[in-house]
Amino acid sequence: MKSDNRQRVKGEALLEIRGLRIEGNSDGVWHPIVKGVDLTLKRGEVLGLIGESGAGKSTIGLAAMGFARPGCRIVDGAIMFDGIDLRAAPEDAKRKLWGARIAYVAQSAAASFNPAHRLIDQTVETAVRDGLMTRDKAVADAIDLYGRLQLPNPRTIGERYPHQVSGGQLQRAMTAMAMSCRPDLIIFDEPTTALDVTTQVEVLAAMRNIVEEFHTAAIYITHDLAVVAQMADRIMVLRHGLEVEEAPTREMLREPREDYTKTLWAVRKLAKEESISDDVTLSVRNVDASYSGVVKVLDNVTVSLPRGRTVAVVGESGSGKSTLARAITGLLPPARGEILFNGKPLPRALKDRDKDTLRRIQMIYQSADTSLNPKQTVRDILGRPLEFYHAVKGAARDRKVAELLDSIELDESYIDRLPGELSGGQKQRISIARALAAGPDIIICDEVTSALDQIVQEEILTLLMKLQKDTNVSYLFITHDIATVRAISDEIVVMHRGKVVQQGPKTQVLNPPFPAYTELLLSSVPQMDPDWLTNLLAERARAKVKA
Amino acid sequence: MHPVLKTVLQRLGLGLLTLFVVSVLIFASLEMLPGGFAQAILGQGATPETVAAFNRELGLDRPATIRYLEWIWNVLHGNFGYSYAGAGGSIKKSVSAIIAPRLYNTFFLAIMTAVIAVPLALFLGIMAALYRNSLYDRAVNAVTLTTIATPEFFIAYLLMFFLAIKVRWFPSLSTVSEDTSFLEHIYRAALPAITLTLVIVAHMMRMTRAALINLLSSPYMEMARLKGVSQRDAVIQHALPNAWAPIATVIAFNLAYLVVGVVVVEVVFVYPGIGQLMVDSVSSRNMPVVQACALIFAATYILLNLSADIVSIVTNPRLLHPK
Repeated sequence: MKSDNRQRVKGEALLEIRGLRIEGNSDGVWHPIVKGVDLTLKRGEVLGLIGESGAGKSTIGLAAMGFARPGCRIVDGAIMFDGIDLRAAPEDAKRKLWGARIAYVAQSAAASFNPAHRLIDQTVETAVRDGLMTRDKAVADAIDLYGRLQLPNPRTIGERYPHQVSGGQLQRAMTAMAMSCRPDLIIFDEPTTALDVTTQVEVLAAMRNIVEEFHTAAIYITHDLAVVAQMADRIMVLRHGLEVEEAPTREMLREPREDYTKTLWAVRKLAKEESISDDVTLSVRNVDASYSGVVKVLDNVTVSLPRGRTVAVVGESGSGKSTLARAITGLLPPARGEILFNGKPLPRALKDRDKDTLRRIQMIYQSADTSLNPKQTVRDILGRPLEFYHAVKGAARDRKVAELLDSIELDESYIDRLPGELSGGQKQRISIARALAAGPDIIICDEVTSALDQIVQEEILTLLMKLQKDTNVSYLFITHDIATVRAISDEIVVMHRGKVVQQGPKTQVLNPPFPAYTELLLSSVPQMDPDWLTNLLAERARAKVKA
Repeated sequence: MHPVLKTVLQRLGLGLLTLFVVSVLIFASLEMLPGGFAQAILGQGATPETVAAFNRELGLDRPATIRYLEWIWNVLHGNFGYSYAGAGGSIKKSVSAIIAPRLYNTFFLAIMTAVIAVPLALFLGIMAALYRNSLYDRAVNAVTLTTIATPEFFIAYLLMFFLAIKVRWFPSLSTVSEDTSFLEHIYRAALPAITLTLVIVAHMMRMTRAALINLLSSPYMEMARLKGVSQRDAVIQHALPNAWAPIATVIAFNLAYLVVGVVVVEVVFVYPGIGQLMVDSVSSRNMPVVQACALIFAATYILLNLSADIVSIVTNPRLLHPK
């Protein structure tokens, strides 16, 4: 457990991957996922793998352990870990390495911890099973790791079950679990993607420190360049299963060579010109709402939405953003307060609203996968609101559907496709068209770009802005992503624990002076600067000392 | 209040309500059947006067609601009434005395079968999940499906033919009385127990297998594997603790069947259980006995389902250790 070596002295090569090819099976056909990737990792070095989804990042990360998910197979190439050929090694030999010398930290700690066992039992499992430590020693060590990872109550937190601790704490506990045998290599597979930005900062800091402290080599997989910039010594950009380029972090950020790498910055440059209007279409006044009747999920919330403008509602999970949407749509009638729509009070409950009111407020959800009926063709999905709200039938309906497809920049040939035959971005376009079909005044967008890659995100945001220009629709845009907020909003509402912290024009909210929570939220958004995390932590430490 | 205790109390309350509804339903449906105890006993040739006299003797001439209320009042005081059979004469037999030995026999057979069938089904199911899609998996699925698809009386006769007549290991008839010793009872009840085992194993085994396989693709199972846990330990230590709830439900369902649904097997082996008693009592309209049997059956279902619920709470830390 000696870890005085705080300098990143890189040792000899620990992991060498040459000409790696992996295939995946879908519907009985094998198609390539990884098409010949080389990778070298030295002891104590952190390599960032970045790329959009489908680039093969996770598949390569798992292959570095000699593991392929069911439905995948490693077809070619060499994987050498510290002189051991992982492709040739039998399952038993690999099992001895897994957990002990190569550890894995998964994206969703909530799903990757076994709900039936206490954290401590899962943390020490490998060390005790492999006989590396006695249970008592392993438990004492785990408590030490919990402490180093800044978990609250390190002595007792291990007694808890996974559902009893928060997502950020679980992610740190998973890092402790990975660290328990002091592995030579840890694979971090999008470990902070599911976390709020404010939580992400702490988890990133904890992970970075512990990896440095124990001089562990790591592969850090993410789609977020700013995050990887904080963590990695070197970055490898992947696309469609091939390496695009590889360079030391600072060099890569300063001057990316390839066009594709440059486009990864693009969404961050997309920004709407702010435009303010006093013509309010929807006004939420002093609204309280709760699910159980006990805990207020919305607490005295007042928000107004001007016609033809975009108001972004931003906050971390549990801040009440989505509940606000449910209160406006009538799915969750507010306990107190009123909602004015075009100057008239909206009936609280969905069932009391007439068809025309329903038509005027539409919603788009985060996951187009689950909000589109998989058994309906695009014709039916878009035709249904046309028939229901506008009584258009037959050929006239099909003409309208074709117009809608045109407005979302999809070809008419998509009309007979099922959602399963569309890409993620195309599905989200269909969701947008479905909302548009009603001819609404307001569209509530609930995290509509969160599940998409950055490039697709940019396309969807551009489309939404174009549609707003054409139809003068208002958007209430719910998101946790500050870059998206910057890109699309005219006004911003910051929410925290069910309360509105701040509402105002974008330039005002995003510029100082900040209310305390807004400042915390904005400062937690990772920046491309590789020193961002270090500086931020130093600054926060100073502020703490001052306080 | 502790969640387990709360659920138990809730379910017991609901269970009492269910028992009440069951008793009303059974009473009402027997009332609706044509004929009555008197006709059934006296035969078609009986004159209306005799029937009326007989009914007066038993108190059956009074309105059904009064009779029902009187019956339930007695039940609430622990008195299940007297059998109609022999009611006029000197030997007045209480329902409890009639049912008790039969119930003992039924529970004896049910427990004996459960002791064989449940561990067997769990073992076969876990192995099938572990070696899924292997030859073993397919064979055990095929065999258990065959036994569940074959009518139980047919299995009973087959077993009787081979095990009782050909190799003479067990007696073909399972007659037992109150004097039969415990070991003798086991010996005599062996064939019905084996028959019932073959009938119920498939369902429990397939549910065990399905519940486990359902979990194998979950992220924490992949995590277990990437922590170097062997396939066997992963299934037993990581999947099984999360799979108890559905397995317990199916086990409870099958154990209830062992108490309430075995009349065919009882008839084939002439085993004096409660199923036969109830069928006989229905055909003779012997209301007190039928009612008591129905209540026992309903209570069995309720208690077994309650145990399954308790298992699912106790094995689920989310419910046992709330936030």
